[in-house]
Amino acid sequence: MAQMKFMCDAERCIECNGCVTACKNANDVEWGIQRRRVVTLNDGEANEMSISVACMHCDDAPCMAVCPTDCFYKTDDGIVLHDKDLCIGCGYCLYACPFGAPQFPQQDAFGERGKMDKCTFCAGGPADSKEEEYEKYGSNRIAEGKLPLCAEMCSTKALLAGDAQDVADIFRQRVVQRGHKDGAWSNNPQASADNLAYDAAHKG
Amino acid sequence: MNQLTAQAHSRVSRSDKRLIALGMWRFMLVALALLLSLGFTQVAVAQADPDREMTTAAPGITADQWRQVRSGETGPNYRDSRYDSNYSLINASGETWRQIRNRWVSPFGMIAIGGTAALITLFYLIVGRKHLEAPRTGRKLLRWSLVMRALHWTVATLFITLALTGLNLLLGKFIFRTLFGDAFWAWMIAASKVLHNYLGPIFGILLVVMLVSLIKENIPKKHDWVWFKKGGGMIGKQHVEAGFANGGEKAWYWLLASVGVLVIASGFVLDFPNFNQGRDTMQWANIIHAVGALGLTAVSLGHIYIGTLGTEGALEGMTTGYVDETWAKEHHSLWYEEVKDQTVSEEEIAARKSSSGSGEPSATRTS
Repeated sequence: MAQMKFMCDAERCIECNGCVTACKNANDVEWGIQRRRVVTLNDGEANEMSISVACMHCDDAPCMAVCPTDCFYKTDDGIVLHDKDLCIGCGYCLYACPFGAPQFPQQDAFGERGKMDKCTFCAGGPADSKEEEYEKYGSNRIAEGKLPLCAEMCSTKALLAGDAQDVADIFRQRVVQRGHKDGAWSNNPQASADNLAYDAAHKG
Repeated sequence: MNQLTAQAHSRVSRSDKRLIALGMWRFMLVALALLLSLGFTQVAVAQADPDREMTTAAPGITADQWRQVRSGETGPNYRDSRYDSNYSLINASGETWRQIRNRWVSPFGMIAIGGTAALITLFYLIVGRKHLEAPRTGRKLLRWSLVMRALHWTVATLFITLALTGLNLLLGKFIFRTLFGDAFWAWMIAASKVLHNYLGPIFGILLVVMLVSLIKENIPKKHDWVWFKKGGGMIGKQHVEAGFANGGEKAWYWLLASVGVLVIASGFVLDFPNFNQGRDTMQWANIIHAVGALGLTAVSLGHIYIGTLGTEGALEGMTTGYVDETWAKEHHSLWYEEVKDQTVSEEEIAARKSSSGSGEPSATRTS
């Protein structure tokens, strides 16, 4: 089975926000919610970098671990989805999520947040009919054999979506072409191009 | 009209032709210059040293930048395309919160509450109920006014509701989802959240009212220390001196006045996200709230046991308002000395109740 993953090649992202728009369009996302966002660090400086972020469909998803209603589940493709019928809008997934992916339509007194909404990897969610699924979660492109629209239409192909192995292969190829000694993950000489999961934060 | 415009057209087109001829020359010159310059630059690129070029090109993303991402810091030049987002790229403390909540608070809260319940059961089985030693005299003393009783039972009901819904929010998913199925579980957990969030603030306000109205009776005294050293006389037949509130009651009072207030304060932080407090603030508020509330729930089991099963004659004080003279003498000797001349008989109480609803003597607590 595939393990679906997003990856944003920060050296390619030009913060055009096309992915954000594509997502809103493909999934008819509720007003005020943006399932994908583009973050720019050091804007206007020499070391400026932009990354497109949404739900990263973690293997060990913190949202899943802390949800009081246990409304999250993982599909066979490794996509983290949630059941809006079970969601009570407590906000715990937002506290735990490393990427700020879960969002709520409201933020009112007495913890009234409404039902959580997040990126579904364009895989919809649990519903009785196609119409209901679209209404609640947006489109189910995965069921149609398509990848998420954000990555499909990324103009610089900075945002990659697909099976983790394919994404890794594409990125590895880019790294080799770019000629970074260390797989473009860090300037640490001990990291090698073969070890793409090398964590730059841990030296040695 | 038509003739006039036609003439104007022909004049314009004649001058246009001259302009176009001039433009052609200009265009050809510019094109030549462009072509030549292109040729030169191409040569320059071909001759460039790739290492030197690397130094002038836009720099690659470095480890420092990834470290910056990981740290969750947001500088002045941080941009987020989400319109109201005040969040960093990486929620660095989220995993810490998750680990504290799931690895420590959940299991140890369960152990604290379950352990206390087990200890109380064991205590009850071994030591048993504390009976009155002397027979009841039948003379009664007013201990709790109607207002205090109403306040106590309201706060108690709210406390139990909040404890049960809170526990359901923390641990319910491990039991009830598989037990009842999704449809019932969805209703159950949604009701838990709504009850918890709406009753919480009422509990908070009423608990503070109760704490304020009982502070005089709960100021620690020297004899409370003696009470503690003798274990409150819970085991055996020894008598321990106590005023209106004994050492144990005062400890429960001050626990509520400290931990309880902390739980209420953190609860308000969690319950009102409309003030735009950050994710990190709510993570800490959640941990404080959960630890405090689980601790209070565990201790409350002791309070409930002593007030009901554990002590003969204690519960009637909080239900009818009156306690027996013997009970007062045995459990609150110093208070009894103060009020022993105010005893009333059952008949007098009944007469008072039938004559007027507010016929309570002024000698005892009305606060």
